[in-house]
Amino acid sequence: MNAPTIWIVAPAFAAILLFPIRNQRVLSILGGTLTILLALSAQFIPIGEALTFGTSSFKIDDSLSVLGRVLQIRPAEGSLLAIIYGATTLWFFGAEASGTARSIVPYGLLITTFMVASIAVEPFLFAALFIELAILLAIPMLVSLNQVPGRGVVRFFIYQTLAMPFILLSGWLLSGVEASPGDISLAAQAASMLGLGFAFLLAIFPLYNWMPLLIEESSPFIVGFLLWILPTITIIFGAGFLDRYSWLRSSADTITALRFSGLLMIVTGGFWAATQPDLGRMMAYGSVAETGFALVALSLNSRMGIPILFLLLPARALGLAVWSLALTIFKDNDESMRFTAVRGMLRNFPFASAALILASLSASSFPLLAGFPARLALWENLSRLSLGAAIWMGIGIVGLLTGAFRSLAVLGMADEYSTWEIRENWLQGIMLGLGVIGLFILGLFPQILHYFLANLPAMFERLGR
Amino acid sequence: MSALAWFAVLLLTVTSIGLLLARDWRWLIIYLSAQYFGMLILTLQHWPLGMASVKVVAGWMSAAILGMTRSGLPREDRVERSNVLPRGRPFRLFAAAIVLVIVSSVTPRVDVIMADAGFAVTSGSLLLVGMGLLQLAVSNHILRVTVGLMTVLSGFEILYATVEVSVLVAGLLAIINLGLAFVGSYLLVAVNAEEEVEPV
Repeated sequence: MNAPTIWIVAPAFAAILLFPIRNQRVLSILGGTLTILLALSAQFIPIGEALTFGTSSFKIDDSLSVLGRVLQIRPAEGSLLAIIYGATTLWFFGAEASGTARSIVPYGLLITTFMVASIAVEPFLFAALFIELAILLAIPMLVSLNQVPGRGVVRFFIYQTLAMPFILLSGWLLSGVEASPGDISLAAQAASMLGLGFAFLLAIFPLYNWMPLLIEESSPFIVGFLLWILPTITIIFGAGFLDRYSWLRSSADTITALRFSGLLMIVTGGFWAATQPDLGRMMAYGSVAETGFALVALSLNSRMGIPILFLLLPARALGLAVWSLALTIFKDNDESMRFTAVRGMLRNFPFASAALILASLSASSFPLLAGFPARLALWENLSRLSLGAAIWMGIGIVGLLTGAFRSLAVLGMADEYSTWEIRENWLQGIMLGLGVIGLFILGLFPQILHYFLANLPAMFERLGR
Repeated sequence: MSALAWFAVLLLTVTSIGLLLARDWRWLIIYLSAQYFGMLILTLQHWPLGMASVKVVAGWMSAAILGMTRSGLPREDRVERSNVLPRGRPFRLFAAAIVLVIVSSVTPRVDVIMADAGFAVTSGSLLLVGMGLLQLAVSNHILRVTVGLMTVLSGFEILYATVEVSVLVAGLLAIINLGLAFVGSYLLVAVNAEEEVEPV
């Protein structure tokens, strides 16, 4: 038995078996149970160590050979798998409440396995191929056969596909730079190619215009899942490049580019979130800013930046799950998430409204909520390096907060004599309630994440040390 | 071998310009299939026949998937005839000429970077990347977008084959090509399913 078979091959087969199931509840429970089992086993079963049960013992090997290459899950990556599958569990258990289980559970599980494979594959730059496969699988999840694909889906398809060639070629150029480190022009070409690849993949300004379009065209819950899993794994993949190539890691230009693009995403994400008259677009721009925070974390001294980067991940997953579920409930009610359509909805959808506002406040670094601890640490460390950069980050956060308070104002703007009624069903209420409790728990007791995150930097050989 | 490679470049020039100018979807599929044959010849410069043929087989299968899907659709769809500016043939021909000029000027530099892959291989590859990007820039029709992406990927694959000889990568790229065709077909069906419902 080996780790890639347990956490990649077996879930992929399970996902294929889930496709014929049509019952939303069965799919949601099966998918959620499977992913939580995968998460728990990744956290608690050691990889590469002999386990003894009475007289018998067994060991989970860390690698699997496929066509001359290797899929390898190292012991230090167990917690990362636990976070990935744990966060996927949030979406799968929420799938029935959002009415998207038939799409998100089988496709989502298959996408998750490809993303895990992208972390495990050696040589690591082949990850771009697995990410592309995941992107291709995302299309049928986003568009049903009786729905005209909009511009958002087409742009998502094009932009994400264009990333792969750039990253694969840059990987080859980077190995050339390693062989002849004095060749400045080759280094510049490799870095430019790599930058372009990640700009497409992470939807860095101005390549994120598909996000708000996509959220209008497809189910916000499904888009939320993609806006979590794709950037999260891509950032870890990108950190892998910094870990492998010392010249890239130590280059002042790389640090500047990461910080500048991160701040640009925070500021533009915040600006658009503050000015959009649409709750869905606000989530899209909130997600843009989240990716910006991760890029800024990567630009810090890796000893501080990498733990902050990992601290950002659970808050992003939970925040987006709650936010996208609340948006799906609004969209199912009125086909639109524009302010004119959701005005005064607090009295009709109190759980969804409260969850949406709290999730957007969490993304805006509001104290006591999940997003606050990581952003506070990020802001503090950034301000030590550059006060100007910290001010720009603050401006972005003000934009996000403005968007959150505008949402609160619009949702609460009910007619004077309208009555309170709860239109969410019990399942939606429970899921949103649990999500909101989770946002507060992660905000008030961030130290509980320490158990999962403490050893994660060990997955890198040089970063975070 | 070199003459054959230059013949392939000529073939790719004809097919990629043809893809840009063709209005009938049947010609698109024919040009795409011919393009994969040109790609095979250029890939053969660095790969053995067994591995290189994976690319052409996957490419032809992808073209067949797109062709079968499009032939199964009842009528011309609305978007194919829509006005996407700019769309005239003279403009596209002019844009293709600019791409040709750019390709011929950057080929020597890229050839040096790519460990002397060969002028024919490098120019054929860059030509496909440039024409594919042009296709993506001037059209929003699903079939053309898919063909554009497949053209860009074909160009990249020719260049990447000069530096990477891995069975896993060849297999994954073949799967991605087929995946692109399946996704393109899926989106084509989705566009037309709505149109069938509309008049009722």
